[in-house]
Amino acid sequence: MTRKQRRLVLIGGGLGVLAVAVALMLNAFRDSIVFFSSPSDIAEKHIGPGTRIRLGGLVKDGSIVRGNDLRVRFEVTDGNNELPVSYQGVLPDLFREGQGVVAEGTLDGGGTFNADTILAKHDETYMPKEVADALKKSGHWKDDYSQRAAMPVTGANK
Amino acid sequence: MIPELGHYALMLALGLALIQGIMPIVGTRTNDPVLMSIAAPAALAQFVFVAIAFMALAECYVASDFSVLNVYENSNSAMPLIYRLTSIWGNHEGSMMLWVSILAFFGALVALFGTNLPVTLKANALAVQAWIAVAFELFILITSNPFLRVADAPFEGRDLNPILQDPGLAFHPPMLYLGYVGFSIAFAFAIAALIEGRIDAAWARWVRPWVLGAWMCLTLGIAGGSYWAYYELGWGGFWFWDPVENASLMPWLAGTALLHSAVVMEKRGALKVWTILLAIIAFSLSLIGTFLVRSGVLTSVHAFATDPTRGIFILAILVIFIGGALALYAWRAPLLKQGGLFAPISREGALVFNNLFLTSACATVFVGTLYPLVLEALTGGETKISVGPPFFNATFGPLFIPLMLAMSFGPLLGWKRGDIVSAAQRLLAAAVLAAVAVAAAFAIEHGGPVLAPFGVGIAVFVMAGAVTDIAERTMILRLPMRATIMRAIGLPRSVWGTAFAHFGIGVTLLGIVAVTAWGSERIVAVKPGETVDISHYRLTFDGVFNRPGPNYRDVVGHFTVRRASGDVIGAMEPSRRTFPARNMATTEAALMSRGFSQLYLSLGDPNPDGSIPVRLFFKPQVLMIWLGAIIMFFGGGLSLSDRRLRVGAPRPAKAKDKPTPALQAAE
Repeated sequence: MTRKQRRLVLIGGGLGVLAVAVALMLNAFRDSIVFFSSPSDIAEKHIGPGTRIRLGGLVKDGSIVRGNDLRVRFEVTDGNNELPVSYQGVLPDLFREGQGVVAEGTLDGGGTFNADTILAKHDETYMPKEVADALKKSGHWKDDYSQRAAMPVTGANK
Repeated sequence: MIPELGHYALMLALGLALIQGIMPIVGTRTNDPVLMSIAAPAALAQFVFVAIAFMALAECYVASDFSVLNVYENSNSAMPLIYRLTSIWGNHEGSMMLWVSILAFFGALVALFGTNLPVTLKANALAVQAWIAVAFELFILITSNPFLRVADAPFEGRDLNPILQDPGLAFHPPMLYLGYVGFSIAFAFAIAALIEGRIDAAWARWVRPWVLGAWMCLTLGIAGGSYWAYYELGWGGFWFWDPVENASLMPWLAGTALLHSAVVMEKRGALKVWTILLAIIAFSLSLIGTFLVRSGVLTSVHAFATDPTRGIFILAILVIFIGGALALYAWRAPLLKQGGLFAPISREGALVFNNLFLTSACATVFVGTLYPLVLEALTGGETKISVGPPFFNATFGPLFIPLMLAMSFGPLLGWKRGDIVSAAQRLLAAAVLAAVAVAAAFAIEHGGPVLAPFGVGIAVFVMAGAVTDIAERTMILRLPMRATIMRAIGLPRSVWGTAFAHFGIGVTLLGIVAVTAWGSERIVAVKPGETVDISHYRLTFDGVFNRPGPNYRDVVGHFTVRRASGDVIGAMEPSRRTFPARNMATTEAALMSRGFSQLYLSLGDPNPDGSIPVRLFFKPQVLMIWLGAIIMFFGGGLSLSDRRLRVGAPRPAKAKDKPTPALQAAE
């Protein structure tokens, strides 16, 4: 093989692998992207049952109902709209009423969101970013969500 | 006093870094040896002052000086000493201090041990290293000063995020940073070579140990983080394709590619321009990783603080360094001479194959990680999407399979022109072994995924291929045992290193396949006296008790573990841990190892009826995932100890005493 031919093989191979990678990515993007929605988005956009989405908002106060076999029902609210969610399994450590939550799953025909994943929060000061944005959009963001992270002036009073 | 001392030392270090960044460059331009020789002592002095600053911060943490804001926010006098020390980098400011300290440390190492480097290359590389230091020291001093004081010193600190109060914090971030920052050396050498417009095979020999060391640390750092997440988060997963994890995987993929292309450059003088580009990419991805994790663009356990000025500052650092490096590359790379012809089927060809697939896989991870961020930015926050495991499994997986299959062939092919048929013949035993493994996996499995046995087959092929390489080189069974041992001892350590690292990949792959395909999970609510069955084990819940800790309280569940036959093999005690300082609870999973497999048990919040929800997993061969990483690390270490890399000289021709066939065996 001449130098030119060898270089062609190299470039051809490189482009080939790249093309495969791009094809794989485009294909995967079609199937495996999950959109984030707030309860208001779901009410407005009429998302059909069966579409996989991420639902974010606050767990409505007083809405958690625990059933048998680790079944839990609660409502997710963004202040304007709310959506009932059902989930079976162990809830994350910091799942609390009045706190932010992100649930992944699908809507059923009756308007209930069947979650298969409830995302864990790592810290009491951490509000999922999507949830914070959704709350700001719906005008129900309270400043104290972020201020909890700021420094409280405690201790040492001389 | 101590924090002010640290603050001052850091400012002095910045000044020294400026000198180190400017004078040597001027020296190489004007050919002034005095200016060039400033680089090494400046690097050493800069390290000394950064170390003083770091130690001052450490002293604040050890002494629990809560008048320092950073200590107040992240520490607590009730924490054990080890966590007070590790919480130095368990926060944004401190972790940046660690970053800079490691950067200065590596700079000092180059200054000390780079004695055989050409003077101009060393001066330029240290100068480039100093620019990075300047950027990050400015970043700390302007936006993330860890030495700020509180006017009214509180009596007690706010405690470290409980999830970070774990031995994992002592290990995972420093190893990861050693890896990230280690690539800065390769970057500095690459930029220095571009500035000089000259590069040769020796460049690869100087840079390879640094890349190898960084790669080893990164491998262990990623594996450590994976194991930490596995046992701490209570979800039992070892890899989530979380953007933060991807941020560390991308430099690893690029670094692995760099490691291999540098071999081609060192041995054959080919792929120079490509290797330089990879060096730039590997460090750029490390910077992007730092940016993604630290700027608060992503919310995760790693995002300590979200302060927009920091994000913009880091973005500016990214643009200047990555943009600048790539622009310099576009301008100067055409000057570098190409060299080294090789046929597509050859050791070089195999390494190019490796590079193509590794960089493509890296690109898919890059796109999957950044696409949601870009889309959100482009649509003004209207469209938020998440790209999860299905995307990565569908892109990364298919690209890694050919890589795994080809891995065994590479070391068996000759340089310049290889013989694929003969390589395939020598791999026959490995292929037969793999086929047997596939058949065995099909026979044993009860209704797992159809593809899983083939995964086992690939893993076995990779491992057997690595063994084949050594067996071929030592001519085991074909020569008398004594001669084989002599040959094994005579093999270059880098050959052993390759075999070990490749073997480790196979071990990790085997663990991943086994645990993904044949792992089982039970989620149930149990009351005292009830039992849960999983795999061949039966767990009896005996009840809960309280156990106080230094700065937390544990509610512990006691479970007795029995074999299906009934004999007791031990107890597992998962707990819910409450930290009063932050009013936060964590799940402490209990693990029981059976060979390489593990039983994994974690508790949920107790139900009103007195039962406790538990997650119980059986994780077959799960420990192999991390064992493989340790083997890779060991292989890297063997390679690093190879004499040629240390002295930069070819091995003395001792081989002449041996029978002639030994001559072609080594490389």
